[in-house]
Amino acid sequence: ILTAKDFPSVVSHRTKNGGPSVSVSGTKRAAESVSHEGGSPTGVSGSSQVVGWPPIRAYRMNSLVNQAKSQRADEGDSGIGEKDKPKDGLKKKLNYNGNKISSTTTVNEKGHLGFVKVNMDGIPIGRKVDLNAHSCYQSLAQALEDMFLRSTNSVGAEKEQLTKASKLLDGSSEFVLTYEDKEGDWMLVGDVPWRMFVSSVRRLRIMRTSEANGLGIHKKSMANHSCFSFSVSESCYSFVAAPRFHDSNERQRSKPI
Amino acid sequence: MNYFPDEVLEHVFDFITSHKDRNSVSLVCKSWYKIERYSRQRVFIGNCYSISPERLIARFPGLKSLTLKGKPHFADFNLVPHDWGGFVYPWIKALAKSRIGLEELRLKRMVVSDESLELLSKSFVNFKSLVLVSCEGFTTDGLAAIAANCRFLRELDLQENEVDDHRGHWLSCFPESCTSLISLNFACLRGEVNLGALERLVSRSPNLKSLRLNRAVPLDTLQKLLMRAPQLVDLGIGSYVHDPFSEVYNKLKIAIQRCKSIRSLSGFLEVAPHCMSAIYPICGNLTFLNLSYAPGLHGNKLMKLIQHCRKLQRLWILDCIGDKGLGVVALTCKELQELRVFPSDPFGAGNAAVTEEGLVLVSAGCPKLNSLLYFCQQMTNAALITVAKNCPNFIRFRLCILDPIKPDPVTNQPLDEGFGAIVQSCKGLKRLSLSGLLTDQVFLYIGMYAEQLEMLSIAFAADSDKGMLYVLNGCKKLRKLEIRDCPFGDAALLEDVGKYETMRSLWMSSCEVTLGGCKSVAEKMPSLNVEIIDECEQMEFNLDDKQKVDKMYLYRTLVGHRKDAPEYVSIL
Repeated sequence: ILTAKDFPSVVSHRTKNGGPSVSVSGTKRAAESVSHEGGSPTGVSGSSQVVGWPPIRAYRMNSLVNQAKSQRADEGDSGIGEKDKPKDGLKKKLNYNGNKISSTTTVNEKGHLGFVKVNMDGIPIGRKVDLNAHSCYQSLAQALEDMFLRSTNSVGAEKEQLTKASKLLDGSSEFVLTYEDKEGDWMLVGDVPWRMFVSSVRRLRIMRTSEANGLGIHKKSMANHSCFSFSVSESCYSFVAAPRFHDSNERQRSKPI
Repeated sequence: MNYFPDEVLEHVFDFITSHKDRNSVSLVCKSWYKIERYSRQRVFIGNCYSISPERLIARFPGLKSLTLKGKPHFADFNLVPHDWGGFVYPWIKALAKSRIGLEELRLKRMVVSDESLELLSKSFVNFKSLVLVSCEGFTTDGLAAIAANCRFLRELDLQENEVDDHRGHWLSCFPESCTSLISLNFACLRGEVNLGALERLVSRSPNLKSLRLNRAVPLDTLQKLLMRAPQLVDLGIGSYVHDPFSEVYNKLKIAIQRCKSIRSLSGFLEVAPHCMSAIYPICGNLTFLNLSYAPGLHGNKLMKLIQHCRKLQRLWILDCIGDKGLGVVALTCKELQELRVFPSDPFGAGNAAVTEEGLVLVSAGCPKLNSLLYFCQQMTNAALITVAKNCPNFIRFRLCILDPIKPDPVTNQPLDEGFGAIVQSCKGLKRLSLSGLLTDQVFLYIGMYAEQLEMLSIAFAADSDKGMLYVLNGCKKLRKLEIRDCPFGDAALLEDVGKYETMRSLWMSSCEVTLGGCKSVAEKMPSLNVEIIDECEQMEFNLDDKQKVDKMYLYRTLVGHRKDAPEYVSIL
């Protein structure tokens, strides 16, 4: 039997009521016992797995794995994606820290055919880039890096940005490349095949990674910016919530997969 | 009623369709038993080892539709070895030899070989309907036989089966003369299909109401199929990846708009979420939406889609919808009865997206909610108590906290009170699955309040035998009990062995029961098969009665020990 010992995040409780102490029999398949790399808040995590848990039908489990694999294959040229982490293979949505993004600029951002506006955080003046001049993400990223980071003429640019903002696509820099699509949603550049990106992009933004609310952000900090307010008081067990319907102006949080 | 001729009684019995009612009818008296058995056309067998095909055939000569279930439920989670049992072949062989005019066969968790499918396809002239759920053992060759030989086939429904896909031309095996299809579901097949054959098949099936495609069917084929079958009621989309500027996409928009009867939508096995707006025109009529295999659809796109689905009654979704998305569901789907939230990243490090908040929102916004399957990161007693108050109509309540013994994160207490509130409030509760940190107390509540409970699933819970005893003593209608990794031993197992005859089955794995305890049950109850599943074959070398048993599965049966058990299964 798996006991509290196998889930180090939980303080031993099972024997406190004086019930029979439980132990894993030596002849059982102890290999199945859970192992951890330093207790995580949730107890069971990462590569450690209990046989048959969580109780998801094997067919569904296999499908999840297969779907993640093929999505990783699709975005082979984006440089993103690590082994054994299906969530990296799935498309990521971005959200802003409560800032409202004005959607009044619904004028065709493309203007000149193929050109889209690009803005970078910290730089007041935007530029335009011709997407038709590029045939892949690397080329576009290189052009943007040249445009914003190498130029000594950029107003307001800080020297630090020259070193921090390189490698926009692989997630290693302080900045990340995002775009607004036809439907008004902000997406991470690199998730979809190039041609599909070109046909749906309206404008680009080079955003600070800290504002991108990507993976690993703890739920609590996100809740501070939550547009829902929710409280349950234990004493009266009443439910108070003020969920608000979001229009495309407000950006809500979606937790990374 | 005694003065009526048999034909009149038979006519009256025709109106009684529920299995339970027909079973009751047959117990009234000998003459009713006789009339009922001759007029019975549909039989449901919840455990294929509880009866033999020969006895089935002898009792119900008019049988037309048979439903069989094989492996125990925990087989879904790889707790039962693949060759444990549940073979359908002996059933088909026996039926084929008899005069039974089988028309419908529905199987769940059974092993189905190509040979059985072939025999099935050749033995019953009027065979109309094959439904396979969570089965394995067959390939597309078996499907080819069904397609080729069942001249009047109406339904071929494959749900979540592991099929060895030989990429053969099974679809092409439907003859030109086959025009009777009403339902075709091959979403679970992983291989290519002959798209031309599929188009032709759909074209010549005017009665086709349900069509669920697999991932290999691209968008342009979908568009053509929809143009040919605007009468569809249930659609499963395979691949939904396309260029939004293309001609195909425009054609698809037109095709979808013609499909005014679609009430059920699923699939999106591969999706580029940019162009979900093509789907909006049919969303307003949907009563069932299954996006649980579409991880590519999340965030704003997903929420916009759901906002169009005001009439939804059943929603199956991935947890990337988030608590926020569930809030949207709560605001939009006022008719919602069933919600299933599956994990998109089951072994992730806690970044998954739903918590108790989402559930509370749905419970507040959807008063008709009666069926729940919810995989979440955490749960609180307060939330469960609120949910119990908001939704007293739960029939099915299955909660899975991904960390199986996680306490209430706010109070650090076990979740006994929360689940207690659920069973106390939901007087019609028939199915319950527990998770999280739980002591014996929750079982006291279950025994006290869950009067209608028929199925209970327990994992990593309780402190002592008392937990199991509370349940066995209290839940009078209990039919299926499945337990893993709980400290229940022989004392609980042996307290009331007669109870097991009133139930379909009991599963206990990684508990404290011993070989001696199991032997004792088998000895006292000859009407039960007590199976010990011992994959490591420890029992062979050590027959000590004090040895703890890894997996025990016991079930009532009228036909004694089964003969097809593999070596590592001992039937005591």
